[in-house]
Formats: sequence, structure tokens, C-alpha cells
Amino acid sequence: MAPRPRAEARRSRTVDDVAAWFQWLHRSSGIKLTIFYDSYDRARYLKGLATTLELSAYCLVLSLALGALLAGLHGSSVRLVRGFVTAFVQLFRNTPPLVQLYFFYFALGPLLPRVDGMPLLGSFGWAVVSLTLLEAAFAAEIFRAGVEAVPKAMVEAAESLGYARWQVYRQVVLPLALRVTMPAMTNNLVNLVKTTTLAYAIAVPELVYMSAQIWSEQVNVPEMMVVLLISYVVIVGIINQAMQWIEVRLAVPGFGQ
Amino acid sequence: MTADAKACATRGDRLAVLLPVRTSQPARLGNIAPGVTTTRPWRIGVALVATFVGSLALAQVRGVPTQPGIVELLVKWTPLLAKGFLFNVLISIVAMALGTAAGALLGLARLSLFAPVRGGSWLVVQFFRNAPWLVLLFFVMFLLPFEFRIGDTTIPFPDWLKATLGLALPIMANVAEIVRGATQSIPAAQWDAARSLAFSRQQTLWMIILPQCIKRMLPPWMNWYAILTMATTLASIVGVSEVMTLTGRITNAEGRTDLLIPIYSYVLLWFFAYCYPIAAWTRRLEARYAER
Repeated sequence: MAPRPRAEARRSRTVDDVAAWFQWLHRSSGIKLTIFYDSYDRARYLKGLATTLELSAYCLVLSLALGALLAGLHGSSVRLVRGFVTAFVQLFRNTPPLVQLYFFYFALGPLLPRVDGMPLLGSFGWAVVSLTLLEAAFAAEIFRAGVEAVPKAMVEAAESLGYARWQVYRQVVLPLALRVTMPAMTNNLVNLVKTTTLAYAIAVPELVYMSAQIWSEQVNVPEMMVVLLISYVVIVGIINQAMQWIEVRLAVPGFGQ
Repeated sequence: MTADAKACATRGDRLAVLLPVRTSQPARLGNIAPGVTTTRPWRIGVALVATFVGSLALAQVRGVPTQPGIVELLVKWTPLLAKGFLFNVLISIVAMALGTAAGALLGLARLSLFAPVRGGSWLVVQFFRNAPWLVLLFFVMFLLPFEFRIGDTTIPFPDWLKATLGLALPIMANVAEIVRGATQSIPAAQWDAARSLAFSRQQTLWMIILPQCIKRMLPPWMNWYAILTMATTLASIVGVSEVMTLTGRITNAEGRTDLLIPIYSYVLLWFFAYCYPIAAWTRRLEARYAER
């Protein structure tokens, strides 16, 4: 237990040093990066970052589930179901995401019943709903393409080995389809993170919203802009690296380059 | 189908080869692999319009007789909305022109033999592709002056032009990627053949490689145009009076909650009517070029 207080002291000293350096930077050059020395602004920035990541995570999980469901329904033998899926996908892909968000938040939002005087879904909830539906439309297309890329011969081989239909799907088609769709999925995830910025328009306290609050109070627009841009480029870079790592780990020998 | 896959097919499927994924390159709006639309495109449109008209009729029936009906209100505001929508189209066309011109240069810079130019252009492309559109828009809106002063003349720099510039930036980066991708898809043998015929590098690029690329670049370029058109609504967030801003003002002016769903669906339908044909056309061109 002895080294802990010392490590903590060292860390807080580093934080202090960083803060001091940025304060010095402000005094000497006028570059005002308050998030590094003002604890209130730092908390706001981190809250925005957390909200952006949270929003992305919710939308990712839900849109993958819904996308898989839609892709499955697209293979349905009922024409009406197929038509519904196609219409859903086309509608969400060919209309502006911002208008979709406004439609859900401003047009559908007031229709929901209120619980204890509070709306059932807040702006965060509606952002999740709207972005999930949008991303699901893309995910459905990607899944469908992935499933189609699995050769028929493989499915037939599995069937001839006595696999049941769902076993073929779960153990043969899905693992292969998952790997084929990885690059497109990475692309989709990056786009999802970038699209979460739209939630700013309905006052979800995500990164852009929080940064806007900071820059309107501290009047440091250029600095916060650069911070904001770098934040997103870093997030996207991390996602790209992580997905590439997963892709390499999952690679099946003998497929692809 | 790749050459290998084709060879396998002729050998009678001795090897189960994982077929290439058929999502189109930017894997974003519009573009869908051929074969997805089992229903004919116009049927989707008809179904959507029918749904819209149905909901309108419902709203009309449920409306209070003393107030003007929903349909009347929509008709009343249609000219204003149309004006706003045309503004969006104007922004999209200007931004696309600027983005394409800059992107073509940037794409060629990525092919440069001079490493710093190549590296620099790579950095620019990565940056503008990975930054969210809205953030770029804020960037341009806040950091550019509202007027330029050259000597004694003051050139005003209106908001909508700034927004257009902001939207052109991501387009520029993506067009550069399209240019690079297309030039890379030309077999290296053509470069070698051109060189053996004593074409200079510049001549090879202008007379042999790029003319073939135009055709390959067209579908993804159109796809990005559709994406850009949808992104023009972002300009409303930074205060440009385009169709979304006007819609907000109209709902405020009328102050009727039963108008909200119809008017937002109406705007959605406008965009769908504009973007869906582009997407369908893109798909058709892609399918046609894929056959060669």
C-alpha cells in the first residue's frame, strides 16, 4: 500500500504541470485551452466525450441487431415483408439524417405519453432511436451482401454433412459473412460516430454541444474547434486501428490476400 | 467476379471460393449492390406517396372544422418550402463543383512521384474524411470572416457561401479518394505499355489513364452528390435559411402540433424524390459498367 500515495502525488503533480503549462501558454500567446486547466470546463468536455461514446455504443449494438433482423426478413418468402424491408432501407438511405432526427424528435416526440410530467424519451433517447434506424438501414445492406458472398457450395456441403438449417446459418454462413463484411462495418461504425454530431441539433449533451457551450462562455472558438476536430479524428483513428486488429485476428487462412 | 473465381467456376466449382462482397465502394447512401431491389424502384415511391397521402387524409378527417385543414396548410406553404429546397439544391451544386475541382487536384497530388506531396495530400484526405461534417461546417462558419477587404472594395462573404465551402471540404477529400481509387484500378500494364511507347508520365496520365477513369468515377461521384444534397440540411444548424430552417419557422408560425408530422414527412418526401432517382441511376450505371 505504501507506493500508492506517492504515485497519486506524482500523477497530480503531472496534472498540475500540464495545467500550469497551458496557463502559461494562455498568458504568453493567447491560446486559451481552458479544458486543460479549468476543472469545470474539463468536466464538461469529458462529459461530452462520454455522451458521444455512449450514444455511439447504444446505436451500434441496437443497429446491428435490427440490421441483422432486417437482413433476415429480406430473405423472407412473403413479398409484402420483402417490400417493407426494401422501402424501409431506401427511405432511410435517401433522406437527410437531420430531417429524420427532427421528424422523430419534434414530430413524433410530443405524441409519446408523459410519465410524471417528463417525456418518455428525452433528446438522448430520440437520438438513439433515430440514429439506430438510420444505421440499421445500412447494416441490413451490409449483412445481406455478406450472406450473399458465402458460396452456395459451402451451404450445400454443410447440409450434406447433416447440419440443420439454423446450424448452417450460425456455424457456417454467419462466421464467414461476418469476416467478409468487416471492412464495410468499419466504415459504417466510423460514419455512425460522425453522425452522432447531429444530436447537437436536438440538444443532446454530446461532444459538439459541450464544446459549443465552452467556446461560447470562454470565447475560445478557434481553440475549441481544433480540439473538437482532433478529438474526432483520434476517435475515428482508434476505431480504424481496433477494427483492423480484429479483422486480422479473425482472418481465415486461405481467404483474401 | 475475379479472374480466380471465374476460373473456379469453369473448373466446376472444385474450390468453394468466398465471393467478393458486393457492397459498393463508399458503402454509404444510395449505392446498393445490384439485385437488391426485387421490387421496382417506382413502386417504393408510389408506396411512400400513398402512405403520406393516407396520413394526410387521416389528419384532415380528425382536424377541427373551424381551423384550416392540413392539406390546405401544406399547399399554402409549398411555394416557400420549394424556394428553400431550391436553395439546398443550389448549395449542393456549388459545393459539389468546388469539391470536385479541389478533390481532383488533391487526388492527382496523391499520385505524385514526389514523396512530400504524396504524404501531405494523404494527410489532408485522411483528416477531411474522418472529421464529422458538422464540425467542419462549424469550423468554416466561425473562422472565416463575413467579408473580405481587398484594397478599398469590400466583398461580402455571406453565410450560405461559407456553409457551401464547409460542405465542399469533405467532398473534396472523398473525390480525391475516388480519383485515386479509379487510377489504381487501371492495370499497371497500361502504364508500362505507355512508357514503352514513349509517352511521358504526364501524357500517360492525361491521354491514357484518366480518360478510362472517368467512367469508373462517375457512379461513386454521383453517390457523393446524393450524400451532399442530404447534408445541405446541416446548414440550418449554422443559421442558413434553407428548407429545414423554413420548416421550423412555419411550424412556429402556425403553432399547430398536428401539422408537425405531415410537414416533416413532406420535407422528407421532397428529399427522397430528389435523391432516390440519383441513387437508382447510380446503381444502374454501376451494373452496366460492371459487365465489361
